[in-house]
Amino acid sequence: MSILAEADLRLDAGPIDYALLLIYFVVVLGIGVMARRSVSSSLDFLLSGRSLPAWVTGLAFISANLGALELMGMTANGAQYGMATVHYYWIGAIPAMVFLGLVMMPFYYGSKVRSVPEFMRRRFGKPAHLVNAISFAVAQILIAGINLFALAVIIDALLGWPLPVSICVAALVVLAYTTLGGLSAAIYNEVLQFFVIVAALAPLTIVGLIKVGGWQGLVEKVTDQEQLSAWPATELTGINSPVWSVVGLVFGLGFVLSFGYWTTNFAEVQRAMSAKSMSAAKRTPIIGAYPKALIPAIIIIPGIIAAVIVPEMAQLKAGDTSSGVVYNNVLPLLMRDLLPNGILGIAITGLLASFMAGVAANVSSFNTVFTYDLWQDYVKKDRPDEYYLRVGRLATVGACVLAIGTAFIAAALGGSNIMDYIQALFSFFNAPLFATFILGMFWKRMTPTAGWVGLLAGTFTAIFIYAISEPSFGIEWLQLPGQGASFLGAGLAFVVDIVVSFAVSLVTRPKPDSELGGLVYSLTPKEDRAHSTTGEDAGWYRSPALLGGGVLALTTVLYFIFG
Amino acid sequence: MRLFDLRLIIAFLFGLYGVVLVVIGLGFTSDEDLKKAEGVNINLWAGIAMVVLSAAFAAWATLRPQFADTDKEPLKEL
Repeated sequence: MSILAEADLRLDAGPIDYALLLIYFVVVLGIGVMARRSVSSSLDFLLSGRSLPAWVTGLAFISANLGALELMGMTANGAQYGMATVHYYWIGAIPAMVFLGLVMMPFYYGSKVRSVPEFMRRRFGKPAHLVNAISFAVAQILIAGINLFALAVIIDALLGWPLPVSICVAALVVLAYTTLGGLSAAIYNEVLQFFVIVAALAPLTIVGLIKVGGWQGLVEKVTDQEQLSAWPATELTGINSPVWSVVGLVFGLGFVLSFGYWTTNFAEVQRAMSAKSMSAAKRTPIIGAYPKALIPAIIIIPGIIAAVIVPEMAQLKAGDTSSGVVYNNVLPLLMRDLLPNGILGIAITGLLASFMAGVAANVSSFNTVFTYDLWQDYVKKDRPDEYYLRVGRLATVGACVLAIGTAFIAAALGGSNIMDYIQALFSFFNAPLFATFILGMFWKRMTPTAGWVGLLAGTFTAIFIYAISEPSFGIEWLQLPGQGASFLGAGLAFVVDIVVSFAVSLVTRPKPDSELGGLVYSLTPKEDRAHSTTGEDAGWYRSPALLGGGVLALTTVLYFIFG
Repeated sequence: MRLFDLRLIIAFLFGLYGVVLVVIGLGFTSDEDLKKAEGVNINLWAGIAMVVLSAAFAAWATLRPQFADTDKEPLKEL
């Protein structure tokens, strides 16, 4: 990640800022220690004993996604592309989150599976399961390493610690609280982190807005007025035709990429699976969708402000790269220019907290998949539960050590490129996975063979599109700068997966109906998909459908006002 | 599985942060600090907002205790 380049980003942190940072670390570790006392089984450790209230899992749901890539990347996009960045939040997340809650959660939570790969095993059998479990585990370790590297780079830039020291210190803190308290500690810290991030970004946005003369002042000072409107986002997609750009956004980003990411990525879905009831599980992604819809205000707007008021950023925007800053520097530069000591400490804490939570989400979902889906299913079956609790703890240690390794690989490869590749790699798996899941959930005739053949066909399609459009491979049959290529790749991967799965299903043998109860729509009685509406799930304001409709309406209104 | 109440942790952290920032904002803010933030005493205002957030979480946790109306299993011996 070229966060650093040559620019001097050192912040003028004083003793009080360090003190505020230290308090946060003490609280984070304290949560780990306290959460440990309530861990008495592997399910407690790896899935919080399915006991958490919906507001906690809901905030953790978006916090798990609010890591280094998100925070640096989306403020950078705000500075570079302007308002078009809101698509990543609105069309690119909200519908998928509502869909996960209302349509898919009944199967995930109702079937009592402990992970997304486990659902795969029950629905399609072992080949599909193994492909999914291994690719997920590997991807999480790689992404944890990149998150760790990004965290270390920012510690280095802000506080001046050498890279290897920051990598190890950050990994040790995450390791300490996740090994002690398991998923509960990770989730509690994610919720805390959410509030700290808001506490860091809101003052930054407010001071920035005052500095540019309010919203009106910002609108007048933005040099490229087209960047104030979200549509048709031709710069972002790299598709010149406005009509096709919108089509690419709606189907590529809004449908395939975002549904693929939010509904099948276990690091996210795990937060909902740890909820205490079906109703709370359904509400988890929907409650998370509300802050997700509103948070662009304190992520994208600071990016747009930075392009106006930070001199180096304005230069960069005009095409002058001599200062050495890159778009990823938006947050540190704004903090440097706008925040006095005190609130500066909170802002530094917020950045570090966000990066750490990203790593913790990777590690805590990795250890569940490793323990239940790889170790218990393929290596040591039928041991007592304490055994798997121990495996879970050791997997956490192993994940952190491996992540330190992948962090150094990311550092050696220079960051920026490898991150793009991993993002692309992840998209290879997500879009086809979503196709397989959705067909498998609604069509009982889909066969186990179709499960894994469809997945592979979809993945190869995405890789093919990537290979012929990525400039550095030199083939370049397709020329789509920006995000256009990944939208197209994901879209085709989805279609190919559906077509292949359908064709293969017609000529292979399906599973008997008796094995598909709870996993397929037509074979799951309505009562099993319904949630209770009594006790702690009572009240109209706890209705998942109503909450889901509410956030869709909110997003539509936001598009009308700011789109 | 029974966990401690997260709302109290949030109230504690932001109560502490809020008080520290209010003290800095009232007692230790130089003209240079004010100039940096366009004349806004951002420490003071952010501090006040955090104290309010802290109070809201403390009030919520007090008014709606975590396990009051639950029929779940009794507290495990630790």
